[in-house]
Amino acid sequence: MSMPQARPSPTLTASEDADLGAALSARVAEAAARGEPLRLVGGGSKDALAQALSGARLDLSGHRGILDYAPSELVMTARAGTPLAQIEAALARSGQRLAFEPPIMSPASTLGGVVAAGLSGARRPFAGGVRDAVLGVKILDGRGRILRFGGTVFKNVAGFDAFRLMAGAYGCLGVLLEVSLRVAPAPQTTLHLAFEEAWPRAKARLEALLRRPVPVTGAVHDGAGLLLRLEGPDHGVRALAAELGGVVDNSEIWEALRQRRYGPHQAARLWRVLIPRRADTAELEGLAEAPLLRDWAGAEIWLASEASADRVRDAARRIGGHAALHRGARAGEAVFPPLAPAVLALHQRLKRALDPAGVLNPGRLYQEL
Amino acid sequence: MVAPVLDRFDPRLDPMPPPVDRRTLIARLERVLPREALIHKTEGMRVFETDGLAAYRGMPAVVALPANVAEVRAVLKVCRELGAPVVARGAGTGLSGGALPTPGCVLLGLSRMSAILEIDAAAGLARVQPGVRNLAISEAVRPLGLFYAPDPSSQLACSLGGNVAENAGGVHCLKYGLTVNNVQGLEIVTLDGEVLRLGGETLEAPGFDLMALITGSEGLLAIVTEITVRLTPLPEATQVLLAAFPETRAAGQAVADIIAAGLIPAGLEMMDRLALTAAEAHTGAGYPLDAAAILLCELDGAPEDIGADLERVRTICEAAGASLARIARDEAERERFWAGRKGAFPAMGRMAPDYYCIDGVIPRRALPEVLDAITRLSDQFGLAVANVFHAGDGNLHPLILYDAQAPGELDRAEALGGAILELCVAKGGAITGEHGVGREKINQMCAQFTPEELETFAALKRAFDPEGLLNPGKTIPTPQRCVAHGAMHVHAASPPFPHLDRF
Repeated sequence: MSMPQARPSPTLTASEDADLGAALSARVAEAAARGEPLRLVGGGSKDALAQALSGARLDLSGHRGILDYAPSELVMTARAGTPLAQIEAALARSGQRLAFEPPIMSPASTLGGVVAAGLSGARRPFAGGVRDAVLGVKILDGRGRILRFGGTVFKNVAGFDAFRLMAGAYGCLGVLLEVSLRVAPAPQTTLHLAFEEAWPRAKARLEALLRRPVPVTGAVHDGAGLLLRLEGPDHGVRALAAELGGVVDNSEIWEALRQRRYGPHQAARLWRVLIPRRADTAELEGLAEAPLLRDWAGAEIWLASEASADRVRDAARRIGGHAALHRGARAGEAVFPPLAPAVLALHQRLKRALDPAGVLNPGRLYQEL
Repeated sequence: MVAPVLDRFDPRLDPMPPPVDRRTLIARLERVLPREALIHKTEGMRVFETDGLAAYRGMPAVVALPANVAEVRAVLKVCRELGAPVVARGAGTGLSGGALPTPGCVLLGLSRMSAILEIDAAAGLARVQPGVRNLAISEAVRPLGLFYAPDPSSQLACSLGGNVAENAGGVHCLKYGLTVNNVQGLEIVTLDGEVLRLGGETLEAPGFDLMALITGSEGLLAIVTEITVRLTPLPEATQVLLAAFPETRAAGQAVADIIAAGLIPAGLEMMDRLALTAAEAHTGAGYPLDAAAILLCELDGAPEDIGADLERVRTICEAAGASLARIARDEAERERFWAGRKGAFPAMGRMAPDYYCIDGVIPRRALPEVLDAITRLSDQFGLAVANVFHAGDGNLHPLILYDAQAPGELDRAEALGGAILELCVAKGGAITGEHGVGREKINQMCAQFTPEELETFAALKRAFDPEGLLNPGKTIPTPQRCVAHGAMHVHAASPPFPHLDRF
């Protein structure tokens, strides 16, 4: 099991701040004119999450720097190449954090990569995801034009939410230059609890618990037991912990979860299956080589399985879910779950609207895009 | 009451599809809808002439009231074939003219699709039709210990479909989010008659976040026929503090300090002297009349925690210069404090014959200078302005007082409103926080966005609606309109010393 490298010091990285917007804009415009595909790269930590990686490399990691951060505004604006670690360190100094808890897939992870991949961590069901935190973006469209959508305020309904559309679009609709994120205060008190109980019992416990206004911000079952994270005002957290019992655990497991290196995460062929959280997972268990790792209170399943894509996707679909290949896609297998034909057609029209020459990460999300 | 004016859509400035023969349109619709679902006599259509922005009105060609998704599809197919514009309408409470009929349009009313289809308390989800009233959801799930969080002030009447179209907010957005943060699935019908399901029972859907794009799209992209909303457990307890300040600047400072202290109030509202005076006269809420501004700070959660946190809020307010900071003694007093705030708009009736409610957003730190600037604009235009502010999320509602009977006052009120919105943009904010652009703020879009950005919105619309039949003349101004309005794009000033923290 490899440990993450030490995070870069914010004081060092700050001196490397640079605005490459004009150069990047010119490069995209040139590529569009020539019809030359571009492959957008931030920290390069999510290359495995791709249907195809092709085109000339457009390196965004040099376009970095925190542009505006006022803790009383609960908003941070930074260039997309800014390392996630630098952003989290700056927030931590003011007692704040990113509510959506982005996975740390590598120390090189950038803000732009986090937003483009739209990946959220264990707090997703309780505090919202990337798309909920994005308040505004500055992008390059497929012609290299600089466009701003949204802003730095929480409530903003002027025009379409083109900024939210960028979250999870894997750079297929625009090159992220700057992102404004809503941030959240860190909790007063955090406790980690563990319960040695099988999933059916844990599921029943969660079902009852989550109907109440409880300070739960993480609920994971790893096959052996239920892990609960409580965060919030001191009294509420301690009162719930006293009520629930359970063994007070340390936070290492939660760090490992965030770094995607916990148990089943290590599998050579790993599926991420999103399902309605109370769905019957018997069929998925039948396909699994290791116990399922259930995050998001049961709604996000990490499945280690050598089974064919069709078998896994059919099993997911039968319980109202969908499966993406997080790692270990075989030749010819789609990484992301297929879209209904009419939805795919709409995706193609939206892609053409923002990237008429089709130069931004072509094929990365879907072959047809 | 506001004197009605006929809004003049201008074919040179607004993208108007060529006119369709009205009799053909009605005849074709009669073939796909039952008799009672069509209204085409002038008297019957009168009620659909306007929405919550009563100063604007227009008569549709025909009103269609489908009862199910199949009928919605059928209506859209007819409209597409004939090239007739379609304007969707929920409860008609919108404040920006989003449901204002465009000339010759089919007004598609969704009020008959008003069933709560499913409540799954264990999953924390409800599936509803677009005509369901906002408050009806919370009422239905209250016995289960749940509520639907977004609560626009019109929640008694407004529909969920309208909430999705406008991305509606409310007083509790800071803690619980806007509509877009509380919707998990949509069923939409596109103009070509496709029924698409976006999201649903899973927390996230594959592909682009089309749900986010549809939410707040003001009827320009598709018709929403079903909504899956997330339900929130009711908080154990709720408590409110009233603080009074001798100057607005101090109240603004208290807001910043409360947020910086790590507190996320369920509601944080500010009213200035004119607003609180009117509200006090209207409802007798118990507001101190000698204050320049008051804050209402509501916290919810476990009783012990909110007790401790309210003490922190009290200390912060006093340190910022509050002359009074008092926690409501009991539930009756809490409700009275809120009654004043909720009655602030109707209370304006005491101050002037008419009022015009503006919906700007600013970064919270800009509050003091924006309030000063609004005072100057108010003097300049010769119209009084009362300020009501969702301070927690920077959403400012200046209420411009005027008399529609006095020659020129409505025009002056609109000009003053436009100037306030352009001020919000200049301070890094937005021209609308929760009311939407609709017809009302279409010119201010030229100040908020560059021509390239507006062109991108138009391109996104074309991806759904190539012929431009859905709600034409709303939300996205044409380049010609921006030129005619003479508005230049306002650049938000970049903050000095961007690397420094600001408290």
